[in-house]
Amino acid sequence: MTALAEDIIPRFARGVRLREDPVRGGWSLLAPERVLTPNPVAVEVLKLCDGNRSLSEIVDELAARFSVDRARIEADVEALLADLRAKRMVELL
Amino acid sequence: MTAPPPLAMLAELTHRCPLSCPYCSNPLELDKRSDELDTGTWVRVFEEAAAIGVIHLHLSGGEPGARRDLADLVRGAAGAGLYTNLITSGIGLDRPRLEAIAEAGLDHVQLSIQDVDEAAADRVAGLAGSHRRKRDFARMVGEIGLPLTINCVIHRENVARAGDMVHEAVSMGARRVEVAHAQYYGWGLQNRAALMPDREDALAAGETVERLRAELVGTIVIDYVPPDHFARFPKPCVNGWGRQSLNITPRGRVLPCHAAESIPGLEFWNVAEHSLADVWQNSPAFNAFRGTDWMQEPCRSCARKEVDFGGCRCQAMALAGDPRATDPVCSYSPLHHLVREITGGTHEGEGWTPRGREQRAKDEPIPLPVS
Repeated sequence: MTALAEDIIPRFARGVRLREDPVRGGWSLLAPERVLTPNPVAVEVLKLCDGNRSLSEIVDELAARFSVDRARIEADVEALLADLRAKRMVELL
Repeated sequence: MTAPPPLAMLAELTHRCPLSCPYCSNPLELDKRSDELDTGTWVRVFEEAAAIGVIHLHLSGGEPGARRDLADLVRGAAGAGLYTNLITSGIGLDRPRLEAIAEAGLDHVQLSIQDVDEAAADRVAGLAGSHRRKRDFARMVGEIGLPLTINCVIHRENVARAGDMVHEAVSMGARRVEVAHAQYYGWGLQNRAALMPDREDALAAGETVERLRAELVGTIVIDYVPPDHFARFPKPCVNGWGRQSLNITPRGRVLPCHAAESIPGLEFWNVAEHSLADVWQNSPAFNAFRGTDWMQEPCRSCARKEVDFGGCRCQAMALAGDPRATDPVCSYSPLHHLVREITGGTHEGEGWTPRGREQRAKDEPIPLPVS
């Protein structure tokens, strides 16, 4: 996988929503005919995909919050965003 | 036993439709306009649906645009927190109405196309100029900024153009396309002889779509519904009866699937008399085929019984005359030869019955914007 540029800004495509599920608990990522249930780490990443923060800002924030190696976080975030981009759920500006 | 929360609800707001596609999934006996639920009842049902766990709401029909209160219905659904999807023919919704619906909180639009060839598409739809108007509608959806899915039904006449449908969806600006082989219920069952493709053509369509799925990753998401009559195992119809989804007819009857009324003896409850939570947990129709206790052999001892749930109850009814039978499209079914006869039978080509439109003639005509 080619690395994503540090300054790209990820945002949800229109029609994609992250929301708490009041009936089942946990978080869901909603898209047409799709309900994804991201794991707790992915939820923290997706909450930061607000259309303002860049990839490097998101990774910095997560690295500061969790005591995990920055390169490891970056790889995980990039993999998640590349997967959601292929599903046309996230746009990388 | 408590049923798990449903994920999706299909609200058939009306059976009125400007098109008359021969594979329409609506029942042969269409609900009249005067029987349709009013705005307030629908909104109450949307709120009840969200409360029991429904995530996706599909506003369908008929043509949902025939409801003059569509924006109010969308506002009610979005207010309840539902993910709202409009399933439309694209005929009868002009720009001001679509903008009002977007403003009301619609999440997504799903537009049907009949073919990529205009003349063929219009003939299937039963309306001259329909395909051109659908292209205009798709452009309008894009300009308003709503995400778009194109869906197309594959049958004998257009099966060779399954791949072209995907490209058409890309050119219409869709982010997702559903390529679905015709399902043989309602009008589709009536017209089966004219709609059923040859085996080689059906399988070739599948191969083409799978190749495009790989080629177009990141451009468009493709959902493919294979032709179950040519498969070894049946489809897991509605992912199991009463497990994930429910349907509401224009007059408010709650069904486990859109064809469930074709099974005699089932008792359906109506939202006018029961809360949706009560219907989901307790109505006899929903409990009729939940779980696996209702199964007969060969399903009962089959390793796949929780994979495909014995296939489709309505298809078992239609082909085997018994809703508890193994879906005859399954190669393990003792009645599988019936499916071989259907798929190997003679075809009538042109001979289909257009889906009924008598309700439209009797009721107020659907206003069609001048293109």
